[in-house]
Amino acid sequence: MLNYIWFALIFISVVVGTITGRIDQVTEAAINMSKTSVEIAFGLIGIMALWLGIMKIAEDSGLIQIIAKVLRPIMIKLFPKVPSDHPAIGSIVLNMAANILGLGNAATPIGLKAMKELQELNKQKDTATDAMCTFLAINTSSVQIILPASVVALMGATANQIFITTIFATGMSTIAAIIAVKLLSKMKSFKIDSEI
Amino acid sequence: MIDNVIVFTNQISRYIIPFLLVGIPFYGLIIKKVKVYESFVDGAKEGFDISLKIIPYLVAILVAIGMFRASGAMEQLIYFLTPILNIIGFPPENLPLAIMRPLSGSGSLGLFTDLVNQYGVDSIYTKIGATMFGSTETTFYVLAVYFGSVGIRKSRYALAAGLIADIVGILSAVYICKILFL
Repeated sequence: MLNYIWFALIFISVVVGTITGRIDQVTEAAINMSKTSVEIAFGLIGIMALWLGIMKIAEDSGLIQIIAKVLRPIMIKLFPKVPSDHPAIGSIVLNMAANILGLGNAATPIGLKAMKELQELNKQKDTATDAMCTFLAINTSSVQIILPASVVALMGATANQIFITTIFATGMSTIAAIIAVKLLSKMKSFKIDSEI
Repeated sequence: MIDNVIVFTNQISRYIIPFLLVGIPFYGLIIKKVKVYESFVDGAKEGFDISLKIIPYLVAILVAIGMFRASGAMEQLIYFLTPILNIIGFPPENLPLAIMRPLSGSGSLGLFTDLVNQYGVDSIYTKIGATMFGSTETTFYVLAVYFGSVGIRKSRYALAAGLIADIVGILSAVYICKILFL
């Protein structure tokens, strides 16, 4: 699916850019964004190091294992193929906690750690497992109870009004994500090895 | 009551990071006698590798999205989708943000800022936009970074599930705001 969407984005851009006479901007965007990608990745190094360092302390001291144990019943339902005492469960829980609390820059490093641990359970290293897809879908549905700082900054006191609406919408999208992965994982075209 | 909840949660959120930065080493060193400095450095090392590993995936995704934004295809898409949106009661004013949200964080923040400037903070469009912004994520970026970090190229149904969640989040944002604020 990603193959087609990726190609479609580029194809449509070039065709539309040609028609609208913005082909120069399209070229420029391609070059600029490739630079931006590297800047983003380099910008992540420090934050990644900070949180992975703190996480390592939490792991060595047994904190993560304790958290994973507490939330085991829910995690078994969401990630049936991950052993409930696996370190990935602890990381997934902490990543979700960081997302819920709006700690975006802590959530990413912890999330990537979770991916690494899920990858250890993966037999086909270039193909996503069901657990990875579930984790990603829940993540992108953005479970959040603290409003994004940028929204609060722009809206001021009015931001209070959207507190409830945001929790409602984010709750609906997370439920949809969980239902979607459970249904999609059963579809033939998404079985491992059938993706083009 | 809600006002107090907001103030309270925002106050708490200021202290979460400092609390974690002191609390976790405290638990490790004082209670469990873990060599916290050595553990920290050990974990931090991985940050470098992971950050470098995601570069090709980020380039692939962000270049495609950047080209799409620059080409003016967004305007065309909005033009074609508007009649359908009118049927389901989706305000066309919020469409650019809805489409941009899964693609780009900075792009969607720009569009949201635009809504605030154009319609004011009390308008329904701004409230819908803010709810959308808070309830969905930049799915393509997250996919590139998370799967890229471990070298996953075949993403199977992850993108489909992520986009379904986005659509549900966006539609929920519209309808809950219409119910509460109109």
